[in-house]
Amino acid sequence: MNQISSKNFATKAPVGIPENQTRISARKVNIYYGEKHAINDLSIEIPDRAVSAFIGPSGCGKSTFLRAINRMNDTIDTCRLTGEVRLDDKNIYDADVDVVQLRSHVGMVFQKPNPFPKSIFENVAYGPRIHGLAKTKTDLEEMVVSSLKKAGLFEEVKDRLNQSGISLSGGQQQRLCIARAIAVNPEVILMDEPCSALDPIATARIEELIDELRQNYCIIIVTHSMQQAARVSQLTAFFHMGTLVETGDTNTMFTNPQDKRTQDYITGRFG
Amino acid sequence: MSDHIVKAYDQDIAQLKTMLAEMGGLAEEQLDKAVSALTRHDRELADQVIKGDERLDILERQIEEKAILTIAKRQPMALDLREIMVAIRIASDIERIGDLAKNTAKRTLAIQEPLPRKLSIGLSRMAAMAQAQLKDILDAFIRKDEEKAMAVWRADEDLDALFNSIFRELLTYMMEDPRNITLCTHLLFGAKNLERIGDHTTNIAENIYFLVYGKTITEGRPKKDITSSMNPMEK
Repeated sequence: MNQISSKNFATKAPVGIPENQTRISARKVNIYYGEKHAINDLSIEIPDRAVSAFIGPSGCGKSTFLRAINRMNDTIDTCRLTGEVRLDDKNIYDADVDVVQLRSHVGMVFQKPNPFPKSIFENVAYGPRIHGLAKTKTDLEEMVVSSLKKAGLFEEVKDRLNQSGISLSGGQQQRLCIARAIAVNPEVILMDEPCSALDPIATARIEELIDELRQNYCIIIVTHSMQQAARVSQLTAFFHMGTLVETGDTNTMFTNPQDKRTQDYITGRFG
Repeated sequence: MSDHIVKAYDQDIAQLKTMLAEMGGLAEEQLDKAVSALTRHDRELADQVIKGDERLDILERQIEEKAILTIAKRQPMALDLREIMVAIRIASDIERIGDLAKNTAKRTLAIQEPLPRKLSIGLSRMAAMAQAQLKDILDAFIRKDEEKAMAVWRADEDLDALFNSIFRELLTYMMEDPRNITLCTHLLFGAKNLERIGDHTTNIAENIYFLVYGKTITEGRPKKDITSSMNPMEK
């Protein structure tokens, strides 16, 4: 059995592992949509227990690459990838990788909150149930509660777990989606502009949550808000026209970037 | 550097620079007048300097307000952020330079008789040096010329050395004739003001370095002002 499907990452970060150990490493990744070369020879190392932000103008390839990390692009017929994307030591594009299992290790939160049209409880219970993570009903209940707690939503919904997930406010729905993503015990959480449909207060809540979650997860966030990238991430990667231009410590990237294109973009000079 | 997509942002930063340039020019003028007033014992000119300082204070406040507003509105990053931070710091240094010029001018009013020529020579030389450095650093700032800024930064040593010799000279005059003490004390403070102006000039140089490279200068500045440990009674 390969590492991905054996679920042996279940106990996270054993004692003694340095905090910023690399969790994901991409090597010479090229992604094509038919003729279009969307990602050009990209290599990057993404640390565990940290937030990495992908920034760049629209169409620069940041979302394409993010989606490649849990093979979401597989659903697009014309999409082709070469190179390696390793989660720990396993290339997730190897033939023996079970994509469904992979996605339980690499969760995703989207731009618009998209809870299932089911109860709050069922939204979170869905993943553990289909992956057979809970042995008993009590187990499942515990998982739901603990996920809702980790997502900072439990206190607000504990009395109405049977109400529809869609009845929640936008910010609450997004936290529900985060709870749903973490219920299956992933190592990596991918977030594709998770706050762009939220108001500033809900955004601040999500950012606070991201900051808490990074203690235990490897988080990658694609964001159009430079300020958000500066606030929540420790590592920033700047994409431009399918190329990874510059990667670095967030503090340096926003005060003293090395590449002129990065400088132009983050200071609002890009054409 | 190319322009911002939002043109008003360029204007915000351009305005900050214009205000700083005005402040710098004014400070140069104030310093020039203050030294002339002291060495030529021109009370009228001294009065002008004292009144003129107010404009520098106002400009500093305006620069600060403009900078804070720009940060709030534009959330500047990288070079823009450094530019704005540096503008605040340089404005504060120039304002202090203005204060020191004003203090020098005030001493003209406290002195009763014109300066003997032999006393004014050293001070004039030191003033010329301080003025030249101030002018160079302001040029370096406008052109973001960090090499020139570093040259000024190193040259502060010479100003310190000159201050040491003036300190000694004035002590000698005071020991020669106690009637010189009042005058020499004022001149000593005048010289000390010029030495302090040199220090503010080096602060500006360090800020230019930060502006260009995005990091603070780590090398220690050569300091030659040793007057704090000088004792005329010791041989």
